Amino acid sequence: MKNGSDHGTKNVLVEFLLRLGDDRLILGHRLSEWCGHAPILEEDIALANIALDLLGQASAILHLAGDVEGKNRTEDDLAYFREATQFKNLQLVEQPNGDFAFTIARLFFFSTFNNLLCDVLQKSSYETLAGIAAKGFKESSYHLRHSKEWMLRLGGGTEESHRRMQNAVNELWRFTGEMLVFDEVETELQRLNTIPDLSTIASQWSGAAAAVLTEATIIIPFRQKDSGQAGNHAVSGSRHGFHSEYLGHLLAEMQILARSYPDAKW
Amino acid sequence: MATKDMFGEGELWEVFIQKETGAPHEHAGSIHAADSELALQNARDVFARRGEVVSLWVVPANCITASSPDDSGPFFDPADDKIYRHPQFYHVPKAVKGM
Amino acid sequence: MNTSDETTLLERFKSRISAGEKIEPKDWMPERYRKQLIRMISQHAHSEVVGMLPEGNWITRAPSLRRKISLLAKVQDEAGHGMYLYSAAETLGVDRRELIEQLLSGQAKYSHIFNYPTLNWADIGVIGWFVDGAAIVNQTMLAKCSYGPYSRANLRICKEENFHKRQGYEIVATMAAGTTEQREMVQDAVNRWWWPSLMMFGPSDNESPNSAELLRWKVKLHSNDELRQRFVDLTVPQAQAVNITLPDSELRYDKKTQHWNFGKINWEEFWNVVKGNGPCNRERMAARQKADNDGAWVREAAVAYTMKQRMNR
Ligand SMILES: [Fe+2]
Ligand SMILES: [Fe+2]
Ligand SMILES: [Fe+2]
Repeated sequence: MKNGSDHGTKNVLVEFLLRLGDDRLILGHRLSEWCGHAPILEEDIALANIALDLLGQASAILHLAGDVEGKNRTEDDLAYFREATQFKNLQLVEQPNGDFAFTIARLFFFSTFNNLLCDVLQKSSYETLAGIAAKGFKESSYHLRHSKEWMLRLGGGTEESHRRMQNAVNELWRFTGEMLVFDEVETELQRLNTIPDLSTIASQWSGAAAAVLTEATIIIPFRQKDSGQAGNHAVSGSRHGFHSEYLGHLLAEMQILARSYPDAKW
Repeated sequence: MATKDMFGEGELWEVFIQKETGAPHEHAGSIHAADSELALQNARDVFARRGEVVSLWVVPANCITASSPDDSGPFFDPADDKIYRHPQFYHVPKAVKGM
Repeated sequence: MNTSDETTLLERFKSRISAGEKIEPKDWMPERYRKQLIRMISQHAHSEVVGMLPEGNWITRAPSLRRKISLLAKVQDEAGHGMYLYSAAETLGVDRRELIEQLLSGQAKYSHIFNYPTLNWADIGVIGWFVDGAAIVNQTMLAKCSYGPYSRANLRICKEENFHKRQGYEIVATMAAGTTEQREMVQDAVNRWWWPSLMMFGPSDNESPNSAELLRWKVKLHSNDELRQRFVDLTVPQAQAVNITLPDSELRYDKKTQHWNFGKINWEEFWNVVKGNGPCNRERMAARQKADNDGAWVREAAVAYTMKQRMNR
């Protein structure tokens, strides 16, 4: 692969890998918070499985980012020794877990995206990335199946579960927009033929999400906004290090030990 | 105080796993789930997360009728004396391999 | 059933036990055997589930991605163990919900060890090494117990436990070979967990009301003291190998018996924790209660959805 030789290309690729890695790291971290506190033992195990997949993906991607960057930074250096503003994950994944409906809706939105993205990226000419994406595709297919089934059950279960799911979707909707926007980083990598074209993902995501929401009898918030409802302004900027206040607290917890003893091996 | 939960933990399902194609499905354990799709997913997470599983069955526990231990004599004995059902019953010339 | 039938069945049961046969769910068994098993298996199940909490406390703070992933996988396994054991108990005619409610109401017990706090990262290493180590000694025995489903559950559990102990010991060994501060953390954790870990096997058999009966029925195959001794004999050399001092000045190798002698256990502390006065009893129960309360609407929704689907068919 010729990437890594040219300076500018290298930066763009590192940037892209950080976006991928950070999304998975932060969502994996959030999901791991459920372990020991889920609604039923079976779900403790299911959410932990998904968290483990995401953390595994994050670890592989951040390792690669470190390699490409060439400054001797390991995946741990990247995870534990960056500031909030240097993280490139979506605000969607850093939001606190909320109730089970919130966690499931977020997981469903992200998994739908992750699955489409991995499907495209597994065809990358950049083989290391293609390999990671192929694994991610398989794993996210299951995450999608699991979260989709819960979307249906919570949407169509009881009055309470329906209300909670509708709330969750309403709350989360404004975080989904920036997930579907690709900027100069992705465009440049497409131009260099490092990654395939991502432009169909946004519409595919909208179609897939709408189909499940409809089946789950959940009203799609976009339509609410059309009918004059306020509070749906979309967030943006995460990919350039602009975050909600929650990320700082998440990182404070995650990084405390590693940063307290920077010279220690664990 | 514990609240009485009328919905319980969902139904009980028995899980059978196949470790490689061609091998029989063997009982692995049980899980709780409200329906068959969740049962299948839960079974995968619990019994297949270390790999080594190629196929899963989930069966509602209450659909299984088990023989009673009191039957064990009359129920299974008849097979005992039908030695012609076992390959060792048949003699094969020593030189023949692969039988 | 008249008494003579009962006597015959009991005799047959006893002779099956002494022949080393496994008892299966539909086999006749004395009511006491069933009751004792339900008590024991459900306590074991509750311990696995409550045991997720002290270690879960460090998942979000694990100091590297590798450690974070192994700890999460380990705590996840404990949920699985809880499930295997609840299922084993259910073969005896109780419902998982019933058992969980006994835990939440405080009627059922769980291992006292999980009422101690995890204060530094080394605690995670030491728990894997001591607590899972002790559990392995116990569960290896239980994998051979006379009740089929309980024995099979323990067999499955034992296969998974080895990685738990190894990940713990690896943390301990790495930190013990690390900076001064890391060494201090490990020693501090060892000092706090050693004695409670020895208590995990329960009081001496002559003070343990159920022991004789459980041994006779081969639910247990070794006494509490034998198991404890086995654990000490295994662990002392492992501590020496990483230069960690176990907090017992009376610890001495007896060449004649080939066992490590150890000091007196503070059983008063043990009973105090069992009665609910340990450092974290309240927090553990509150956490389980909260998870159960917060999850009620989810479990309800799943059942309601299924009912609707069935009606629509
Ligand atoms: Fe590398
Ligand atoms: Fe366990
Ligand atoms: Fe364990």
